[in-house]
Amino acid sequence: MKTNKKNNPFYDPSLKKRHASAKRFKYFALSSIIIAISFLLFFLSDMLIKGLPALQQTYVQVEVTYNKKSMKSARQSIDRKLRRVVSRAAIREIPRQMQNDPQLMNTTKFKWILADDQVDQYIKGNYYKLKSKDKNKVDELKEQNRVELRFNSIFFTHGDSKIPEFAGIKSALIGSIFTLLVTMAVSFPIGVMTAIYLEEFAQDNKFTQIIEVNINNLAAIPSILFGLLGLAIFINIFGLPRSSALVGGLTLALMTLPIIIVTARAALRSVPDSIRQAGYGLGLTKIQVVRDHVLPLAFPGIMTGSIIGLAQAMGETAPLIIVGMIAFIPDSPSTITEAATVMPAQIFTWAGMPERAYIEKTAMGILTLLTVLISLNGVAVYLRKRFETKW
Amino acid sequence: MKIKNKSFRAFESKNRTTQLKEDAIRYLLIVASVISVLTTFGILFSILFEAIEFFKLRSFVYFLTGTQWSPGIEDSKFGALPIFAGTFVITLIAMSVALPIGIFSAIYMSEYASDKVRDKIKPLLEILAGIPTVVYGFFAAITVAPLIVTICESIGLEASFNSALASGVVMGIMIIPVISSLSDDVISSVPDSLRKGSLALGLTMSETIKSVVLPAALPGIIAACLLGVSKALGETMIVVMAAGLRPNLTMNILEDMTTVTVRIVDALVGDQAFDSPATLSAFALGLALFVVTLILNIISVYFIRKFKEKYKVNSL
Repeated sequence: MKTNKKNNPFYDPSLKKRHASAKRFKYFALSSIIIAISFLLFFLSDMLIKGLPALQQTYVQVEVTYNKKSMKSARQSIDRKLRRVVSRAAIREIPRQMQNDPQLMNTTKFKWILADDQVDQYIKGNYYKLKSKDKNKVDELKEQNRVELRFNSIFFTHGDSKIPEFAGIKSALIGSIFTLLVTMAVSFPIGVMTAIYLEEFAQDNKFTQIIEVNINNLAAIPSILFGLLGLAIFINIFGLPRSSALVGGLTLALMTLPIIIVTARAALRSVPDSIRQAGYGLGLTKIQVVRDHVLPLAFPGIMTGSIIGLAQAMGETAPLIIVGMIAFIPDSPSTITEAATVMPAQIFTWAGMPERAYIEKTAMGILTLLTVLISLNGVAVYLRKRFETKW
Repeated sequence: MKIKNKSFRAFESKNRTTQLKEDAIRYLLIVASVISVLTTFGILFSILFEAIEFFKLRSFVYFLTGTQWSPGIEDSKFGALPIFAGTFVITLIAMSVALPIGIFSAIYMSEYASDKVRDKIKPLLEILAGIPTVVYGFFAAITVAPLIVTICESIGLEASFNSALASGVVMGIMIIPVISSLSDDVISSVPDSLRKGSLALGLTMSETIKSVVLPAALPGIIAACLLGVSKALGETMIVVMAAGLRPNLTMNILEDMTTVTVRIVDALVGDQAFDSPATLSAFALGLALFVVTLILNIISVYFIRKFKEKYKVNSL
């Protein structure tokens, strides 16, 4: 070996070191990818661990007395020792149940009733604040098999509540849908029309260049500044109702606009010129060519881009906080001018609540939001794969 | 070549009503594209006018250089220096996480990874970019901040639950995909002839990357970093949820600090009158944020254009 090295004119004594350093460099690059992906995994598993318990909620079986006294003061219908174990929200419902069903009057029944949030946390083994008296009562109930974990349907069928066990995401979900409808109704037509103008009609002059530079800048402006715009112009100058889906939707529309323009332009550009020339050859006007031939071919691409823009608008919080969409909304809004909240804003509100039970609600809200976002992106990918044309 | 306007005159219809309709649609399209310009000016002017209102009430020089920020009802002071400092420190932490990880991820994806691996890793990094910032904020406040406090306690340091470190690190994670995807595009579009020439001269793979590929891609990488910085400066939800409210002029990253965006949100969420200096101060801070991010963006566009011209790439 030694002689071999000596006779080799290309032998470089530092070669071994250089190869080792090349290897190190490669592993360094690989490890940074691994770090990035392990961040993602750590984050997702953290959310799952925190959020999945919220899929279940504790119910306790207690004796409910329906009589005149409990009609007046609902608390009276439950044994005093057990009152602190059941949810205040569930107790509040009892008079209404009696009104709906008069036969219940003057009867006593064993019923499964939603438990208080602290009992819920205790059963799930989290940090809890229970008086030892109440804790013993829960233990006692548990031994009699009168405590049960059930699927938490309240989370998906109710709006926000100050009572943690009764809080749900429904009103925020409806608010998100209203807001995004406004966003799409404004930004989709304007975005697509802008893209058509820039791609098919515009000459390369100062005016067009200004628009293009503008679109690039608009995409890089921090989202919170759009909130300031919404506050100063939509609310203070136009006098639109604060915290409404209308104002939130308009603000988000301005933010989504650049995304839609850029993707729609790319889609239009990918339609080959031969299509246009064939149209002109048959004597069609410019607009007829664009409307009947170019646009239909570019449409799947435009849709994909719009859905991605929609998903981004859906996760946006900061500008909506500025225009006041973090109000406490227990009931779902029914028009776009009513006060509403959106899913990310609801997550933000819950994250600021002091009760421990809201942590799992927040994480569950996050999981719901992520599920919606991932399915939206899935639809976008499907559309791209399904209608992709290679020219 | 596309058929552009000059030639399209030849395809005009002789029918007057058709021609009228064509023109109407054309003007409609122009109006639509002007809206994007109006939005930018709308943002600029709405912020500028309210900021001018603020500077009529309070000194502009003290706003930039003062060290006291107390927007109370009596004896309020608006010196934004500690807020700018806090923003700077948190951005610095975020960039020191995002920059090495982002750039080295881009290097691995564009230089080492096979197409198969690349197709699997890229969507994963895109998930990181698609997570809403409010979710990152919750993660920073509930998981990362207590973790940092525990770790610091075990080595005998005292950390705040609103430490700049927690929000900075999580913000860094959020920015990784911003930097990695643009750097990846730039590094991939460096011409292959440069790489092959260097390898033929006997340089190892890593030497080629360090002394040929990266210098060639440098303008693009700088652009990616500037975009990352502007994203960090404007990021709101992470700092609102995980960083503090107290303007704190310090370099200790374990203490709580506040940022421009936190103070904007704080000033506008309360119930004060709209023309009070406390509310208007949000617009003054917004103006500062707008100016800085716009400048960063213009510089980064300049660098990208320089890179494109040098290597005649059109795909960026």
